Amino acid sequence: MPPVLELKTITKRFPGVLANDRIDLSLERGEIHALLGENGAGKTTLMNILYGLYQPDEGEIFINGRQVQIHSPTDAINAGIGMVHQHFMLIPVFTVTENVMLGSESLKMGGILDRRAATERIRQISSAYGLEVDPDDYVRDLPVGVQQRVEIIKLLYREADILILDEPTAVLTPQEADELFKIMHSLTERGKSIIFITHKLREVLDIADRITVIRRGKVVGSTTPKQANQSKLAAMMVGREVDLSVHKRAFTPGADVLTVQNLKVGDDRGQIAVDDVSFTVRAGEVLGIAGVQGNGQTELVEALTGLRPALDGSVRLLNEDVTRANPRRITELGTAHIPEDRQRDGLVLSFPVADNLVLNTYYQRPFSKGAVLQQATIAKVAEERVNSFDIRTPSVDTSAASLSGGNQQKVIVARELSRPVKLVVASQPTRGLDVGSIEYIHGRLIESRDNGGAVLLVSSELDEIMQLSDRIAVIYRGKIVDVLSAQDASKEKVGLLMAGVVRTATAKKASLGVKPKPKAKASSKTKTSAKKAAQKKKPSRAAKTTRRRKDS
Amino acid sequence: MANQDSQSTPPKDKSAFGIFMHELARGSLIVPILAIITGLLLGGLIVAVTTDQVYTAWSRSPLEAIGVGINAALRSYSALFNGAIGNPERIADALASGEAAALRRAFNPFFESLIKSVPYIFAGLAVALGFRAGLFNIGAEGQLFMGAVASVYVGFAVKGLPAIIHLPLALGAGALGGAIWGFIPGWLKAKTGGHEVINTIMMNYIAFRLSEYLLRGPLQRPDTTNPISPFIETTAQLPRFFESPIRFHLGFFIALAAAYGVYWLLFKTRLGFELRTVGANPNAARYAGMNILVITVLAMSLSGALAGMAGANEVLGVNYTLAPAFSSGYGFDSIALALIGRSHPVGVVLAALLFGTLRNGALQMQIAANVPVDIISVMQALILAFIAAPAIIRTIYRLRAPQQQEDGLHVRGWGG
Repeated sequence: MPPVLELKTITKRFPGVLANDRIDLSLERGEIHALLGENGAGKTTLMNILYGLYQPDEGEIFINGRQVQIHSPTDAINAGIGMVHQHFMLIPVFTVTENVMLGSESLKMGGILDRRAATERIRQISSAYGLEVDPDDYVRDLPVGVQQRVEIIKLLYREADILILDEPTAVLTPQEADELFKIMHSLTERGKSIIFITHKLREVLDIADRITVIRRGKVVGSTTPKQANQSKLAAMMVGREVDLSVHKRAFTPGADVLTVQNLKVGDDRGQIAVDDVSFTVRAGEVLGIAGVQGNGQTELVEALTGLRPALDGSVRLLNEDVTRANPRRITELGTAHIPEDRQRDGLVLSFPVADNLVLNTYYQRPFSKGAVLQQATIAKVAEERVNSFDIRTPSVDTSAASLSGGNQQKVIVARELSRPVKLVVASQPTRGLDVGSIEYIHGRLIESRDNGGAVLLVSSELDEIMQLSDRIAVIYRGKIVDVLSAQDASKEKVGLLMAGVVRTATAKKASLGVKPKPKAKASSKTKTSAKKAAQKKKPSRAAKTTRRRKDS
Repeated sequence: MANQDSQSTPPKDKSAFGIFMHELARGSLIVPILAIITGLLLGGLIVAVTTDQVYTAWSRSPLEAIGVGINAALRSYSALFNGAIGNPERIADALASGEAAALRRAFNPFFESLIKSVPYIFAGLAVALGFRAGLFNIGAEGQLFMGAVASVYVGFAVKGLPAIIHLPLALGAGALGGAIWGFIPGWLKAKTGGHEVINTIMMNYIAFRLSEYLLRGPLQRPDTTNPISPFIETTAQLPRFFESPIRFHLGFFIALAAAYGVYWLLFKTRLGFELRTVGANPNAARYAGMNILVITVLAMSLSGALAGMAGANEVLGVNYTLAPAFSSGYGFDSIALALIGRSHPVGVVLAALLFGTLRNGALQMQIAANVPVDIISVMQALILAFIAAPAIIRTIYRLRAPQQQEDGLHVRGWGG
């Protein structure tokens, strides 16, 4: 029996780049095939070719042994190929049924939508594959994990046999990811085949039947989870040995650097996003704030760095009250801020690298004398930083927009960490970066800690939190539900806390008397299982974050 | 700034012109240049199809009609050239005769074009400065009016000062008048979030009506019922370099100096860095600790001051008096002009010279070739449309789309 899908010598050139270089890939029926590679390795190009968004310059595509030409996504859907994009393509104000119908509406009497038939089919699909979802729910009310199920149902509704999942776990909690993996297995048991695109090594080893690694547009090897391990895969991806473990000196915390007390912060819509949060970060320690995206981390960091006013409570940096200080004052007191969204907040993309390297120190000597910028000095210092932080750029006059994500992040890290710094606030510092850059940035953060700096690490990557932190605070719906020391924290424990399932005694006490939010009430109306309720989080804010990332 | 040891591609020549030439080489100026050429060609086509003789010739033979059409287009463009640069025959005759008055008359069209460019340069710089700071200053026209009102008042009401004091004072008053008219929408934006597009448009109306009222009241010339101001004192006049009829005056060089000043401010100073950062990415500006409110107000005031200078120059250099119709929409044309000039001072100066030349030649075109002045407005509109929609030009000339978004112009959406 021929493979469900076979790609032969697919080649795609872009001006100056060979994005795909004679790539061969085959997918067997009922198989989960992981496509592993760094950002820019050519995974997305390959999948876009398969989905009809690009035409290959050379190569052939076979489906069930028959050669096909895919000129458009419609061709791809007709050939039984479906794709779940990293950013969901759902309309929040439509119900699940309406979203699923969209583009392949079932009609009755020549023009009227047949919602009932569609709902019925969605129920069938959902029970057949274990994709729990209520067809009548509005998508905006659903947690991200359930939204993803809707995307998968969309594909099954269109009778796709080959499912492409592009970085599907990036927005999920560990528990939601486990749910997804179960669903993936139930799909393959029923004869569907899955291409799973990711750069997370652990997941690949957990779930894939076969692994193909792509580097610089070429297939560098195929393997199975049994034959591989994390460091071997990382080495294949990056092309050299990668040190995934983090080496740090023994934990010897010093004086309090950042003290946050009873902090309350509102979000853009005036709702409480950070609710009565207190913690300290000491010199020589990494405090990790773990939590699923959209649980108040953004607002917390913005409040700490002066970008968002606090409603209540206090923030002390060293011996100064900075609750109402502006960003410049906080920077001048020795805070480095690696912002969550580097393109939105951290860089001016149209500016040269050199200007971005002095974005918040341009007004100080030696970069300015009086009112005049000292461009020669800026260029000279920029050259030094480009060298010492290994920023890959043609020159310091190149615009930041033309750098890769990893190098853009290095520009920010170089700018922030080449000042004398007492506190580092790093928000999602390695999101979307390749293994090499992650390794580098982790090294720099630990270096700050080892040199006696205080590091506040906010991340939704549990692995990152576990690797770097000396203590871990878990944030859920704007509250710190628990603070664990690194030794006490297991992945399972932190994961459950992130999902809001486990509550410690102290947190329970703190939450007494707090009225449930209106949104939580709305969810209890629907007949959700306890498990689903546990996964429930603020969907609209999460959706907003996703949107914002898409915009940038 | 010379730094010869590096051979990298970005500009090492950091002078204004060096950066401009670098952008030219990189192709971001190819679109404006092709847009101008295409606009001129299409303008010729419009001239041809609006000429009556073409249709009478068509009934005889289509070939003849095409000939007539091309002729009409060529005739109007040569009239445009004569009106804008000068009639080559007359220049040759004048050079041969060597007579001073004849020479002045022969070269007058060229100088007249330069004079027409002066308000365009100032107002174009005003809009460009706003664009760089992410602000859409639609109010250049109103600011220009207020600049004119202020400088004409200082020009005729203040008496007995020597020119060396009176002239700068009158110019300064013009800048201040425009600055106030820019400050108000800037302040409204910073304080209340009111969008500057709406508020500058409103300020335009206020400026038009206010200047009309003033010209019928406090600023009216005593011996007339027309809305016109008294003549300014000679000490407030911008000096002219030649005898009549050439009106070429010092304002042209002040405008060039202002262009250099804007360039220096934007690209060499702290304030310029802040201004461009706020314009390119206000989030990053906030992150970097810049005070967006102060910078917004400052940018709008500076922009207004430049537009005010445009009005001041017309009053102090050309008309010596103020009448309601003194501006032929310089402030509105300058929005297009700043776009064509890519919001770069050098580009603005070049685009202003083009606009001034076209405007000046258009009049001659109407007299000599009987082609309405409005054809120039249509041409300007076409050029602007091509620049605003570069895809059209790229398709016509089969240019490759740029790898990354073109920088140089950073205007936020209407939601601001």
